[in-house]
Amino acid sequence: MLEIANVSKLFNPGTVDEKTALVGANLVMKPGDFVTVIGSNGAGKSTLMNIISGVMRPDAGDVKIDGRVISPISEHQRSRWIGRVFQDPMAGTAPRMTIEENMAMAYTRGKSRGFSFGVNKARKKIFKEELSRLGIGLENRLSAKVGLLSGGERQALSLLMATFTRPQILLLDEHTAALDPARAELITTLTESIVREMKLTTLMVTHNMEQAIRLGNRLIMMDKGRIILNVNEDRKHNLTVEQLLGEFEQISGKKLADDRIVLG
Amino acid sequence: MLTSLQGAIESGLLYALMALGVYITFRILDFPDLTVDGSFTTGAAIGAVMSVNGTPPWIAVICAFIGGAIAGTCTGLLHTKGKINGLLSGIIMMIALYSINLRILGKPNVSLRNMDNVFDGASVLVLAVILAIAVKVLLDLFFKTDMGLSLRATGDNSRMIRSFGANTDITTIFGIALSNALVATSGALIAQQQKFADNSMGIGMIVIGLASVIIGEAIFGSRSIFRATLAVILGAIIYRIIFALALRVEWLEASDMKLITAVIIIFALVVPSARRAVKMKSVARKRTAEMLAKVGNAPEAGGER
Repeated sequence: MLEIANVSKLFNPGTVDEKTALVGANLVMKPGDFVTVIGSNGAGKSTLMNIISGVMRPDAGDVKIDGRVISPISEHQRSRWIGRVFQDPMAGTAPRMTIEENMAMAYTRGKSRGFSFGVNKARKKIFKEELSRLGIGLENRLSAKVGLLSGGERQALSLLMATFTRPQILLLDEHTAALDPARAELITTLTESIVREMKLTTLMVTHNMEQAIRLGNRLIMMDKGRIILNVNEDRKHNLTVEQLLGEFEQISGKKLADDRIVLG
Repeated sequence: MLTSLQGAIESGLLYALMALGVYITFRILDFPDLTVDGSFTTGAAIGAVMSVNGTPPWIAVICAFIGGAIAGTCTGLLHTKGKINGLLSGIIMMIALYSINLRILGKPNVSLRNMDNVFDGASVLVLAVILAIAVKVLLDLFFKTDMGLSLRATGDNSRMIRSFGANTDITTIFGIALSNALVATSGALIAQQQKFADNSMGIGMIVIGLASVIIGEAIFGSRSIFRATLAVILGAIIYRIIFALALRVEWLEASDMKLITAVIIIFALVVPSARRAVKMKSVARKRTAEMLAKVGNAPEAGGER
């Protein structure tokens, strides 16, 4: 489904600030895989996400979806296949527009947008059904401005908007990190059920070790631009946070350093 | 007095098209576009010169619309593809258009007296009302379409709409083009109404447009697009009425109007935000007092709870 082959990325190449974000990263995801990503500060997790979504272009290597090289395709064109939820709950929705208008923009993901009305009866019905999946009553507030919603509600809406058109790949970039624990738990639960129900191929970056182990069928660990550990389905079942920290120390020769890490 | 009031409403309605254009860039796209000063004159020049050369005035106005759209497209290209700062792209186009407008006009001003006129045989007021309402309704409808939604989202959260597959370069260019097309149409109609076009008639137009938008929103609100476009039209009319009234003040001269416009805008911008700040402060004070009262009434805060 998704293949990352030998991808490298440098920031500020050739200057004193040169920084290696990714070196020869390799990852193959099968349809339906749910991979969680953990790693220390500056390990290249966000760069990996940005390269898959097309925000950045790799300096070397290829990104393939269904065997097709998508590296030269621009960010907005890739969105046909890729759904994204960002860390910032404000980032995934347009605040001055209504819930139904936001849903309409998500509904037309990757299609050409013409002069037919964004919100019509048929679409409204779909939006209501989809919104009721979240179980937080947004289906009754279709014409409310999204800016009036709380951070948790906005993130739940972002998650739904990123997924209800069933993209081939879902990228979650620490999408619960900016929420309080109760809301984060709600979004985590929603993520789990939506991904399972729609069988989405998902890549999720997280700071929460416990969450990284609990969610998904695979786990990868990154350090200094490399994928240093790739835990497969069988091993992940019995994995513990202690084991994971131990593995990290053994491979990288240092303690996992991340000022935001949550051990769970 | 009455005739000058009617005149103010008539030109207010015609300038309202320009103000709606400014509303699209300034409020919806969140792009302060200074092209307006040039494209207003471009519209007037195209409309006037074509009328003088015998083109039916309506067709001349439509060509002005197209001319404005081209000017706006250039600004949009400079900003999105050339990666030039938004304000600067507008300024560059504005200055370029100054020369282009002179080329179109051929001389600093062109008279339209004794020519076929858009407003021949019809009441200016009725025609202007119909035009302003038609443009308003079309814009309201457009902003509800899929294309319109992605244009609004470009100004609201461009990262989000890109993640859903809209090309924000295209939506930005389209929005600026539409905006300047309306501005140029307004210029052409004003030239028809006052029966001349002159190379400096667009100077300060962006500020007048902003004043109309801000006055309208301050008085009539902008909760929905429908409300906001109506507010902008009414704002443009109110601005013209203030203009007409100011002209009647003995010690003020017509040339003082730009200063008055600047003062109106400063007031319209400062007063609401100052009022918000004062209100926030008083709410905060009230809430703190409430919380303190609660803590004070609690028997012996601290210790066991």
